Amino acid sequence: MREVDSETMKIVVCVKQVPDSWAEKTLRPSDNTLDRESVDAVMNELDEYAVEEALRLQEAQGGEVVVLSMGPSQATDTIRKALSMGADAGVHVVDDGLHGSDAVATSLALAKAIEAQGADLVIFGSESTDARMSVVPAMVAERLGLPQLTFSSSVAVDGGTVRTNRVTEYGYDVVEAPLPALVSVVEKINEPRYPSFKGIMAAKKKPVQTLGLADLGVAAGEVGLGAAWSVVAEAAARPPKAKGTIVADDGSGGVAIADYLSAQKFI
Amino acid sequence: MAAVIAPVDRILPTSEARDLLALAAELADRELATRAPAAEASGTFPREVFDLLGQAGLLALPYPEAVGGGGQPYEVYLQVLEELAARWLTVPLGISVHVLSCFPVIAWGSEEQQERWLPQMLGGTTIGAYCLSEPHCGSDAAALTTRAERDGGVYRVTGTKAWITHAGVADFYNLLVRTGGRGAQGITCLLAPSGTPGLSVAAPEQKMGMSASPTAQVLLDGAEVDAADRIGAEGDGFRIAMQALDAGRLGIAACAVGLARGALDAAVAYARERQAFGQPIVGFQGLQFMLADMDTRIHAARALLLDAARRKDAGLPFSIAAARAKLFATDMAMSVTTDAVQVLGGAGYTTDFPVERYMREAKVLQIVEGTNQIQRVVIGRALATG
Repeated sequence: MREVDSETMKIVVCVKQVPDSWAEKTLRPSDNTLDRESVDAVMNELDEYAVEEALRLQEAQGGEVVVLSMGPSQATDTIRKALSMGADAGVHVVDDGLHGSDAVATSLALAKAIEAQGADLVIFGSESTDARMSVVPAMVAERLGLPQLTFSSSVAVDGGTVRTNRVTEYGYDVVEAPLPALVSVVEKINEPRYPSFKGIMAAKKKPVQTLGLADLGVAAGEVGLGAAWSVVAEAAARPPKAKGTIVADDGSGGVAIADYLSAQKFI
Repeated sequence: MAAVIAPVDRILPTSEARDLLALAAELADRELATRAPAAEASGTFPREVFDLLGQAGLLALPYPEAVGGGGQPYEVYLQVLEELAARWLTVPLGISVHVLSCFPVIAWGSEEQQERWLPQMLGGTTIGAYCLSEPHCGSDAAALTTRAERDGGVYRVTGTKAWITHAGVADFYNLLVRTGGRGAQGITCLLAPSGTPGLSVAAPEQKMGMSASPTAQVLLDGAEVDAADRIGAEGDGFRIAMQALDAGRLGIAACAVGLARGALDAAVAYARERQAFGQPIVGFQGLQFMLADMDTRIHAARALLLDAARRKDAGLPFSIAAARAKLFATDMAMSVTTDAVQVLGGAGYTTDFPVERYMREAKVLQIVEGTNQIQRVVIGRALATG
């Protein structure tokens, strides 16, 4: 266990830029990866909660909040948003060789970047609205040898210990680990703040470090579409919604509905 | 969170302006669009929204950073108002009135007055009201009759101010009053905090729209205003008022562009969904032409507005440009919101859809900050006298 002086605690928050979750998403015909250029991009919503939690921990006990994002050049917008909410510095992992990386490769690049930062606490949103796998936080923790406290609805740091409420199907578990550690958060944890205009102005002056694969010491063959464990072979657009079934109630409506639900295996 | 309104592709001067517009759109989608229908139906002033926007720094954008403002050009500030107006007119109209109410102290206040007033005015925790009109004098502002008599260290003010936005919810009131003889030269600007003895507010007007934004008479019955809160000299009031209105007109024009954009967005969304004769009605050219005209006129109004704003930002004369922008944008908004109701047909006439409300709201924009007839007087006079 490492004694962490809370006033110098360094929190790294991982954020991802995703297509607006309500936007129509398409795949690029050339390689069946998500077309990120044709849709409005926003900060993954759960990552706003992660940034908020980091800022609250910092406000309560000091330290530094660094926001880390891996993504194409426009992901700087998402980093800047976190900075305008109040984070102190940004790290942008960007490299053409990362295009098409799966979760395993993503976790490698993020782990290398976190390692270089020397974080006492790493915070993730518990899933992204585009991939929705929820595995990257666990994979990063595994790569870094950190305890992982996932799906947290509350986070408290006390000296060298972090304690969270881990949401489960039946309620929550109270879990505790020594720092350094990795936490992922759910939306119950807080209410993220909006940036302020002052924050926007301040964000312009905050440092953002740009790192490529070579800076991270990651070989090109370890990441990107070529290294992905699975590929999308082909894709088809979702078929248009079929018309619903209308049951005219001539007294036997209840039976007809029950038959329908039974046929659909609902009852 | 869904983008409630389709985004506008803007040319903005700086990256912070881009981030500011993104923040305005996000706040508008999450905090304004969601609240507007219920608040307008019940006539509830959204003070909590103004507090939130104040915290975000959006209530003082066009004023210098040195006095606590955002230091943003009008070009940017007005587009922020437009983003908000595309979701809920009451809020940006209120901001425009607040910004107007801060103008006299910023442009004419002494150093001592600025130090005393500006931190609270621009700090995002207060909102202002601007009291120029009277029951029998709106356009003919120089005929106002509210009387202020100097009595030692105070002015005693008696009269009635009418059509006052934020009456009853404002934290401070700009009062244009008569200290001298008849005409524009006899008018003086005073600043009164809410709670000034002798200042009270009548019951709010029952209006055809903008129910969430209170409008009422401000009653002055020997109201005692500290002489230290006179802005400018006695007799400067009319010039202060007219200067403030030039800038205020740009705010109204921006509100009109946003309101029309909200209406077009609702009309397009409906036309894409609604089926008739076996296809979405947006496929009919007659309807497409209507939408195309609405879209073009919105863009034309925005261009006119931004031209006037850039003149102001460059320190050039902009009164005529502001009058043109206010005239065109608000007439446009009336027409576009009316057409939006037409696109939705019977549905548009019901309160199940927002366009009937937009149409009612548009009407007031042709009236406030100088009726559109007054704008024509301003433009026409310049043509007549050369």
